[in-house]
Amino acid sequence: MKIVALNGLLGYGYSEEALNVAFSEKVDYLGVDAGSTDPGPYYLGSGKSFTDRGAVKRDLMLALPKALEHKTPFIIGTAGGAGSSEHVAWLKEILLEIAKEKSLNFKLGTVLSDVSIDYAIEKFNDGKMIAMSEEFTAEIKESKRIVSQIGVAPIIKLLEQKVDVILCGRACDTAIYAAPCVYEGYDEGLAFHMAKIMECGAMCSEPVAAADVMQAYIYDDYFELRPANPIRKCTVDRVAAHTLYEQSNPYLIFEPDGVCDLTNSKFEQVDERTVRVSGSVFHEAEEKTLKLEGVKIAGYRTICPATIYDPKTIENIDIIINTVTEFVKENTKDSLPKDSYKIFFKTSGGKESSMGIMIDVVAKTQAFADTVCALARSRMLHCDYEGRKSSAGNLAFLFSPSDIHVGEVYEFSVFHLVKVDSLLETAKIIVEEI
Amino acid sequence: MKKLIDYTKILRSKNAGPLFITFDLIFNNSNDMEYVSENLKKEMIAKAYGVAENKIDIICYRVVNSIKITFPRKNISGCLADNDIYGCQQHMPLANIEI
Repeated sequence: MKIVALNGLLGYGYSEEALNVAFSEKVDYLGVDAGSTDPGPYYLGSGKSFTDRGAVKRDLMLALPKALEHKTPFIIGTAGGAGSSEHVAWLKEILLEIAKEKSLNFKLGTVLSDVSIDYAIEKFNDGKMIAMSEEFTAEIKESKRIVSQIGVAPIIKLLEQKVDVILCGRACDTAIYAAPCVYEGYDEGLAFHMAKIMECGAMCSEPVAAADVMQAYIYDDYFELRPANPIRKCTVDRVAAHTLYEQSNPYLIFEPDGVCDLTNSKFEQVDERTVRVSGSVFHEAEEKTLKLEGVKIAGYRTICPATIYDPKTIENIDIIINTVTEFVKENTKDSLPKDSYKIFFKTSGGKESSMGIMIDVVAKTQAFADTVCALARSRMLHCDYEGRKSSAGNLAFLFSPSDIHVGEVYEFSVFHLVKVDSLLETAKIIVEEI
Repeated sequence: MKKLIDYTKILRSKNAGPLFITFDLIFNNSNDMEYVSENLKKEMIAKAYGVAENKIDIICYRVVNSIKITFPRKNISGCLADNDIYGCQQHMPLANIEI
């Protein structure tokens, strides 16, 4: 069976020629990952995508008609970058736009995986919530939005219904490529290992590229990987090294259904561009788990970036920062509510030539953040210190206006596993004709 | 005494999810890997990053002559005090450890 990954992230681009090469043979399933938590908590909180709409549309514009023409089911994971229902709606709108422009008709299956605050609280109260790190405590009630990261189960449900396109909310990257293999009865150890490599597109090839098409061929006892683009090749080193990337343990891939064990995986070079992998084993977990990801609003940010070139000023930076911090505290104690802001001075460089400094204020309202940032900026500009000769100003501002609104700021509030009775319990599945 | 970075072909850091930071050290040959594996102690890493020794995991991945080090992030990705959302510029304290 042949499975194709469009690329490592929807919207990052790929070679059209490579997609044509991939489809010169029968493709059983096409997949693409459309999201990640890498860009931080903002996107889940704001409902926006970190990928660009135009770039996402371009990537789908070629792939969607291709998949439909060849009757290849097309699976999209973690829609809109963060996979909440708002993100899914954003990506669905793009799909509908393309369908209209190209007069395409298809059966669309959608999996929404948002969970309510009450669901998370109940799990916590029942002792079914597991911390992934002792350092991080859940703040469930403060959360603005929580999603669950689905595994293969909801995708398999939709494959059973013979849909043409599957649009997922937050999903494990591996679920996109493992689901069709598990559905077709292939070995789960091979399926999940293959999926782990495929989810990054042509990252496991040389020259390396997340932005290109990757192909996998799965058999009963092994799978093979070969990039679609003829300029790239898969090597044993690249493919084996891939399980190091972004994983805490290179031998174990943790999944909602269990763990994929690579301790005895074997990697062989079949030809110049193809690597064969065998020996990966799946151990089903007794207790199934889903990961919850939640974010809370942390305030509103105003920043002021500047540079200091005078070594004497740089030498005195700690004194200046203390003076400014105290000044801001004193000057806002009557005008701003208690604990309504946080101020950071983020510096870089400094020892040899110049120092970059960012006044970073996060406050309960944008107006408070503006007030604190403006006070800190003006005080820092003219802050005196012993032996100061550059008495016209301490900061080279990069821009006018010097202070920039960043807007709402989010922080992760939940990043926990929950024990589930069924791996479908957080999934809302919808099937419709487009 | 050589810096750790001088033993490696690749030395990188990256988030393993927003709560953890992970480091990959990939070597040109198994001799370098085994030498570093024997001589790089958890206490050196603990000192370089201000993290408790018992929170540090070190795993040799001999398939590709590499060592993986993982520990919890002091500031989780995207919190107000965080300075590196993706965690991909946290490798220098490790790179500069001398063994």
